[in-house]
Amino acid sequence: MGEINSFIQTVPLEYFIILSSVLFCLGVLGVLIRKNAIIILGCVELMLNSVNLLLAAFSSYKDDGNGQILVFFIMVVAAAEVAIGLAIIAMIYRNTKSVDISIFNKLRG
Amino acid sequence: MENLVYAIILLPLFGFLINGLFGKNLPKMLVGSIATLVVFASFCIAVSLFLNFEADSQPVIVRAFEWFRVNGIQVNFSFQIDQLSLMMIMIITGIGSLIHLYSIGYMSHDKGFYKFFAYLNLFIFSMLLLVMGSNYLILFIGWEGVGLCSYLLIGFWYTNKEYGAAARKAFIMNRIGDLGMIIGILMIAYQTNAVDFLSVAQNSSKFELDSPVIIFITASLFIGAMGKSAQIPLFTWLPDAMAGPTPVSALIHAATMVTAGIYLVVRSNFLFSLAPTTMDGILFIGLLTALVAAFIGLRQNDIKKVLAYSTVSQLGFMFVALGVGAYTTAMFHLMTHAFFKALLFLGAGSVIHAMSGEQDMRFMGGLKSKIKVTHITFLIGTLAISGFPFLSGMISKDEILTNVYGKNPVLWVILFLVATLTAIYMFRMYYLTFHGEFRGTEEQKHHVHESPSNMTIPLIVLAVLSVVGGFINLPHFIGHGNYAKLDQWLNSIYVYDLELPEVNFGTEMILLALTVLMFFTVWFVVKNIYVNKKKMALPDEKYTGWERLSNRKLFLDELNNATFVRFIEGLGVGGNMFDKGVLNRFVDFIGSGAEDSGRAAKRLQNGNVENYVLIMSLAIGIILIVNFILQ
Amino acid sequence: MEQIIFFFVAFLAIISAAYFVFARNPLYSILSLIVTFFSIAAMYVLLNAQFLGIVQVIVYAGAIMVLFLYILMMLNLNKGDESKKQNITKFIGVFAAGILLIGILGAFKGLNATTYGTGADSSIGLTKNLGRLLFNEYVLPFELASILILAGIVGAVLIGKKDL
Repeated sequence: MGEINSFIQTVPLEYFIILSSVLFCLGVLGVLIRKNAIIILGCVELMLNSVNLLLAAFSSYKDDGNGQILVFFIMVVAAAEVAIGLAIIAMIYRNTKSVDISIFNKLRG
Repeated sequence: MENLVYAIILLPLFGFLINGLFGKNLPKMLVGSIATLVVFASFCIAVSLFLNFEADSQPVIVRAFEWFRVNGIQVNFSFQIDQLSLMMIMIITGIGSLIHLYSIGYMSHDKGFYKFFAYLNLFIFSMLLLVMGSNYLILFIGWEGVGLCSYLLIGFWYTNKEYGAAARKAFIMNRIGDLGMIIGILMIAYQTNAVDFLSVAQNSSKFELDSPVIIFITASLFIGAMGKSAQIPLFTWLPDAMAGPTPVSALIHAATMVTAGIYLVVRSNFLFSLAPTTMDGILFIGLLTALVAAFIGLRQNDIKKVLAYSTVSQLGFMFVALGVGAYTTAMFHLMTHAFFKALLFLGAGSVIHAMSGEQDMRFMGGLKSKIKVTHITFLIGTLAISGFPFLSGMISKDEILTNVYGKNPVLWVILFLVATLTAIYMFRMYYLTFHGEFRGTEEQKHHVHESPSNMTIPLIVLAVLSVVGGFINLPHFIGHGNYAKLDQWLNSIYVYDLELPEVNFGTEMILLALTVLMFFTVWFVVKNIYVNKKKMALPDEKYTGWERLSNRKLFLDELNNATFVRFIEGLGVGGNMFDKGVLNRFVDFIGSGAEDSGRAAKRLQNGNVENYVLIMSLAIGIILIVNFILQ
Repeated sequence: MEQIIFFFVAFLAIISAAYFVFARNPLYSILSLIVTFFSIAAMYVLLNAQFLGIVQVIVYAGAIMVLFLYILMMLNLNKGDESKKQNITKFIGVFAAGILLIGILGAFKGLNATTYGTGADSSIGLTKNLGRLLFNEYVLPFELASILILAGIVGAVLIGKKDL
């Protein structure tokens, strides 16, 4: 226990910020590049996770419990969102036999 | 006293409202009676006020309410009763009521009977407002009101497009004059910080004699008078205004509205006396107008047109009198002219009525035995205007001539020539109409009959007035000025001393003798030409030389058309092209700009999710970077 | 020592996330996402946020990823070969993500110190402490979260029905 406690004494907080930012931007990149709707949903999950990580890190470093509570709730919401998102994708597949997002442009102006 | 003043002005308004709103459903007799009686009642009240007023009484101001107050000037809606306004009120309502009576007979077959009387009453109301107002603004309200009524009445038979055009012409020419008047009034308000007559008279002493400011003010006011009283160059509307019914011509264009200009100048005598330059201008224009109009009248063949040009010429006489500073003489001639010109117009109306609507003198003739009352009264009117001794016209005209001689003998010669021309064309008109053989159609011959009594009674009354009207202001050499009643009456109106030129007794006698000699000579010669030698007026195309110039009105209308009308029309066309070419394009440009930008923005919404996300993330990134740069 | 562990776990997370983004086969990318989640869970444990670490494994790697795989298998996309995107689009995408990264990392502008933890007993991540905090102060959001999940369930069932 003692050794693990010293984790926060040796690793600066900035490393977590950089790690979280990189993961987040990887998620954004994935959303921009990929055309498979399921993978895009997965990238959204990746973004959420990067934020979770950052929140948990700050909470540990500042000894504040609110950050981890927020992470908890974010996970709840993410779970519900994935459920519904995948249901929608399944319906889209049923209607159009494809999950390629470039064909979903019926809302054009 | 106050209630009487309100009654004078409100009775005609009341008549207008009753006839205008309900006249359609009332019987004709009632409509005509109401209209005539309200004007006659105003006349009686005015006479009673007159009898209680002295020649040296102070003006009485009756204040109705405070109108507005701006920048230190307080303008009240109030009426001024003094010698001048009483004189005008009596003329207006007196002759007005006679003409109302006449119209009952003249317009009895017209569909718009009630409308006519409504307009006539409205006119009387406006004219009373004009002469009774105590400041320039109320005068202007009345000024505009009579212009409006003139338009309504000239174009009374509105289904005829030419009559409507004549009405428009009158109104527009009036308007041009009104612009000058407005500028004058504004200048007065600015310079003297007041608009009511008594205050302006008091403050007028701060103007230097003949300074540019006072010349500007008086010239502007005179431009207004030019439009209203038909002087050159704004006179061509008056002959065209004969398109209206004859009572209208009698009332408006002989007795009342056209005299508004004279009234304005006399009322503003404290301004005009300080601007001798303007007075010279008035003299010149009046003289020119009198001459030109008399010349044109020589060869006109419509009975009303001759009288119209005669009116313009006589107004020129009045302005000449004003120009030499003889205000009282001008007012005197205004009064006598009202009598005999109204008489002549009503008589002409009676002739037209007898001839079933024919107005061309070449188709008349020999009427003297058929319509006796009209004939006698018409003859009296002709004699009055031409200067038969001791009739009203001669006395007033002679006074003008004497004053002009005192100013400059050359001017007297010109004016004498105009008086000669006046006699010539008046007698020509009389002989062509009443003497000789009847030149009309058979059907007209059967129809010729004397007018009903409601038309002949005004004729008789006016004839009597034309005869005796001159005796209120006999020349000074009779009774040492004790009989110059009008002079005494109007003397207190004038703020500055009138420096009238003195003419010695002998010269005056010679001038008088010349005038009388001229009159009888002209009468004799004209009678010879038209009756004994039976000279006939030619059809229009056959006129040559000076006759052609006279008959075609010196081509002045065509000149107006070619210059001013074309110019304004050109402006209109230019404006139209500007509107279509420039403004329309501009508006269309804005519209298409909106449309094109919308179309460009539409391309952003292509439905591609990837596009949306891309733009979103780009935007967020840029915002963050900009944020950090700005910190 | 701890830094080495940190860097190892961090690189594992980044590499598996990168593979997830760039892989052709959707099945491979989902699998690498699972590895990412596990590494993040390891991070949580390192931070002494034990509850979160367990929940991450159970919910994310356990439930959500299984759901992903399930949908993938059901729609038979595991051998998916998606059509290529235009090069220009990819370039712009990379550019945008790069801009975002630079923007976010701009937070370091002006910073010269590194922040260390206070060294106090970070026992806040223990289940007991977290539970106490959750049920004392955050009871209302907790109940609302349960209603949210209920809405999600109902919604998912409704969406999936053949005829409404």
